Amino acid sequence: MNNFDVSFILDSLPYLLKGLQFSLILTAVAFSCGIALGTILALLVHLRVPVLGLIAKTYVALIRSIPLIMVLFWFFFLVPLFLGWLSGASRPVPVGATWTAFITFALFEAAYYCEIIRVGLRAVPKGQFEAAAALSLNPCATYLHVILPQVFRATVPIILTQTIILFQDTSLVYVLSLTDLLGAASKLAQISGRLTEFYLTIALIYLVICFGASQLVWRLRKKTKLQ
Amino acid sequence: MLNQSDPILRLENIGKYYGRFQALADISLSVQIGEKIVICGPSGSGKSTLIRCVNRIEAHDSGRVIVAGHELTAKTRQISQIRQDVGMVFQSFNLFPHLTILQNCMLAPIKSRGLDRSDAEKIAQNLLSKVHIANQAHKYPAQLSGGQQQRAAIARALCMKPQLMLFDEPTSALDPEMVQEVLDTMAELASEGMTMLCVTHEMSFARQVADRVIFMADGRIVESSPTEEFFRNAQSERARSFLRRVDL
Ligand SMILES: Nc1ncnc2c1ncn2[C@@H]1O[C@H](COP(=O)(O)OP(=O)(O)O)[C@@H](O)[C@H]1O
Ligand SMILES: [Mg+2]
Repeated sequence: MNNFDVSFILDSLPYLLKGLQFSLILTAVAFSCGIALGTILALLVHLRVPVLGLIAKTYVALIRSIPLIMVLFWFFFLVPLFLGWLSGASRPVPVGATWTAFITFALFEAAYYCEIIRVGLRAVPKGQFEAAAALSLNPCATYLHVILPQVFRATVPIILTQTIILFQDTSLVYVLSLTDLLGAASKLAQISGRLTEFYLTIALIYLVICFGASQLVWRLRKKTKLQ
Repeated sequence: MLNQSDPILRLENIGKYYGRFQALADISLSVQIGEKIVICGPSGSGKSTLIRCVNRIEAHDSGRVIVAGHELTAKTRQISQIRQDVGMVFQSFNLFPHLTILQNCMLAPIKSRGLDRSDAEKIAQNLLSKVHIANQAHKYPAQLSGGQQQRAAIARALCMKPQLMLFDEPTSALDPEMVQEVLDTMAELASEGMTMLCVTHEMSFARQVADRVIFMADGRIVESSPTEEFFRNAQSERARSFLRRVDL
């Protein structure tokens, strides 16, 4: 057995932090695009838009019943084939691991955010829609200024909880050989043979970030309950 | 333009179904500018449905609704035009909880009337003073009492400069000690000449303010009489027994 050696960790901290930076950027992008797309999907379902509403519903149900890691693989291997077929080229058109990660996570998270927002939309009292209509607000202004702000306020804790899960899930990009926090650690661990040190360190980093975020969610919950 | 003698609202043979249930049958009614009408009747008689058909919160199935000379059809532009001219106050206030009272009052004038912020704010401040809650302008609805919330909701509707105001049991959700302040606000509005169509069971308010009382039962107008006549000498037995139960 090796002795626990901290100096390795300290030397490789910049590399680990670069990995962490990738994890955080991936989380932020998947969050922003996921919320935007998820909101649109939720509105399509909520407003029962013909055809598109049904497509949105099916999409969400489908994505939510497939493990993320499979979606990553599918995207990585099948989309290039599909693009190749589309463009009439004889060979697959590679998408690249980074693009695969960003697009897949955004599309995947959109389905989960959609469900949260859809439930939030249903929880807005009918009287709010009626008051907006009586004031002659058009549907666009009604959703933008009256309904969605209430939905986001009510669902912030659930959305943040989902985002913490998303941050943890970003470690799956390891299967695409991307250097996120976990990827960075496992590369260093392989090279140095110091598996214990590296995996414990990043476990600690994940723990601190997720625990901190959970505390924040908990405080928000308490605050909204008090109001 | 509308002549002074033309009705601001005309309902012609309105029918309304929920599925196979007929909620309104053959409702005809004409409201002159400045007239105050109280609608009463037992629960489930179609009072809410009737006034909600005026601004198409509910769509009528037959007959014609004509507001300020414009017939209400499914056309979006017509609906939004009529909604600008018709204010509505709900039993449960329906203020927007995420906006301050002032913002509640400014939203529609800006977004649907196209006013600029400063004009909308001036109008809102003015009307909030009028309903005596100017000092609550920057609070959120949840921070106000029920009576204050309902007065804020009245101010919000008035900010659109409506020609006709609809009230659907505006005091039914209030604690008893707050009923009077809302009724006073409505009486003040009436004395300024606002045209009002008001569903309420507050018979003393009806006596004081209404020009005419309409009594509904089973989706029909059973009786429509000048206020004094209605209270002194209601025609139908149903109205008389209703009055015995409601009045003091
Ligand atoms: N959205 C609806 N769907 C089905 N039935 C309804 C709906 N709204 C009202 N009704 C029915 O229509 C009748 C009249 O309702 P309403 O106009 O609310 O009565 P009121 O306001 O006089 O108490 C009631 O029997 C009620 O159950
Ligand atoms: Mg009612």
